[in-house]
Amino acid sequence: MSIRERLSGNEAAAIAMKQINPDVVAAFPITPSTEIPQYFSTFVSNGSVDTEFVAVESEHSAMSACIGAEAAGSRAMTATSANGLSLMWEMIYIASSLRLPIVMSLVNRAVSGPLNIHNDHSDAMGVRDSGWIMLFSENNQEAYDNLLMAHRIAEHKDVLLPLMVCQDGFITSHSIENIELVEDEKVKEFIGTYKPEHYLLNRKEPMAVGPLDVQTYLFEHKYQQANAMRNAKKVIEEVSRDFEKMTGRKYSFFEEYKLSDAEVAIVCMNSTAGTAKFVVDSLREKGVKAGLLKVRMFRPFPAEEIANALSHLKAVAVLDKADSLNAAGGALFEDVTSSMYVNKEQVPVVNYVYGIGGRDTTSYEIEGVYNDLMEIAKTGEVGNPYRYFGVRREK
Amino acid sequence: MIEIRWHGRGGQGAKTASLLLADAAFNTGKYIQGFPEYGPERMGAPITAYNRISTEPITIHSNIYEPDYVVVVDDTLLDSVDVTAGLKKEGAIVINTTKDADYIKSKLKNYEGEIYTVDARKISLETLGKYFPNTPMLAAIVKVSKIMTDEELINDMEGSFKHKFAKKPEVIEGNMNALKMALSEVKKV
Repeated sequence: MSIRERLSGNEAAAIAMKQINPDVVAAFPITPSTEIPQYFSTFVSNGSVDTEFVAVESEHSAMSACIGAEAAGSRAMTATSANGLSLMWEMIYIASSLRLPIVMSLVNRAVSGPLNIHNDHSDAMGVRDSGWIMLFSENNQEAYDNLLMAHRIAEHKDVLLPLMVCQDGFITSHSIENIELVEDEKVKEFIGTYKPEHYLLNRKEPMAVGPLDVQTYLFEHKYQQANAMRNAKKVIEEVSRDFEKMTGRKYSFFEEYKLSDAEVAIVCMNSTAGTAKFVVDSLREKGVKAGLLKVRMFRPFPAEEIANALSHLKAVAVLDKADSLNAAGGALFEDVTSSMYVNKEQVPVVNYVYGIGGRDTTSYEIEGVYNDLMEIAKTGEVGNPYRYFGVRREK
Repeated sequence: MIEIRWHGRGGQGAKTASLLLADAAFNTGKYIQGFPEYGPERMGAPITAYNRISTEPITIHSNIYEPDYVVVVDDTLLDSVDVTAGLKKEGAIVINTTKDADYIKSKLKNYEGEIYTVDARKISLETLGKYFPNTPMLAAIVKVSKIMTDEELINDMEGSFKHKFAKKPEVIEGNMNALKMALSEVKKV
């Protein structure tokens, strides 16, 4: 029997880490993820985990310590947000290129400046090409579940890539909600012990980690890294299936909510998907065939699968909680539209940038997007595909 | 689904009260959300916190714009915050105040729903010796909204207070008395 609880998203992430009981946690506090290492450090003090907790002096050092620990042959975890991730930037790429399956909780927040501590996805979008697997979470439950699956995915011999689990800062990280926890012993059994094939503390196999990689080698190493990301899809599918067997909770690359018979749909990530479900339900009562595609697996990006899932629609809106400032649409929009183009799916698609810097995303605004889509479906006129909602501006 | 909006001032415990209410409703088997609206908080500044309570899973993740109930923890907010914004007229507002009906109605302008008041300052000073309005206001909103029975609240909060005040057991009895007193003293205007 699972355990019925009520926890904030940060508490859920910390409890997952407690059950995972990694060898090393290295972290530096930053809002809104601060509570994760804070709660975890109490587990260390109370002896409920036997983790080595390294209270470093910066996020650059947090990621460096995780890299050292993981290269040595241990399991390492961390948590951060926004500018903390920015300060890790150099080491983020090194972690993935050294093929170290570090697991991070990223509690999404706007990257400065001007200074803002609230939620958007600009931190995550800044590392979308860094070679980390990226899973997004609608609520505390998914943040918890994704973390429980993380090590099995990241440490798989065909993958060996670091993985970050994203959730929305404050909106889910600081909201108390119901959650179903898995028993400690079941988690332990599900995750298993980490047995790296190559590691620094293996005296029988002396090795160098991260030496000079010149013109004759780097390209091949990057190609292997790209293949590992391609392989991750199959592994994420397998691990999610095993997780469903244990918990009954089904996870795919993305969630299709009332999508199969929908005429119009929204594509989005994290907590906004929950609000969109609420709106879809109310629109369905009025006879509007609205649907939702919630992306869980953003890296690797399930291009072909998403193109197929959206192919029957009359109009689609992709919501980006980060502005790419490129005069050509947000990151999720670009990924979705290029997937559709390559897979020869011709459906009108528009982009909305929204919720920047913690601007509240209301059900009324989401309903407005569906109304826009119904209009596009009726007329076939897309108009300006690069749109915004929730921002004040001159008319 | 019942939606509740709390208005208080930083330091008065409106956020804690919303989390305690979520806790108590969770313990009666409900689906719950409890969350504050984080801003540039400082002592005395207006703050908002929210609760959703439902028998079905809750997916919406936005602030609450059309609440069923509003709790005002500090009546000086009536001058500066539009506390009844979006409040459903079949709902109710619960205010910590000693002011009379005419004064309150003049502040709430066009609001047509029910108004309840409780003197949380008096209750808090009598039972705790200090001004912590959130415990009496928690009892008042439970009484008005009927989210749970008085008995369920009292039984549940005893456990919560024992946990919350494990290092200050001397304040548990006072808080329990504050709850009981507020349950009996909240009145319709």
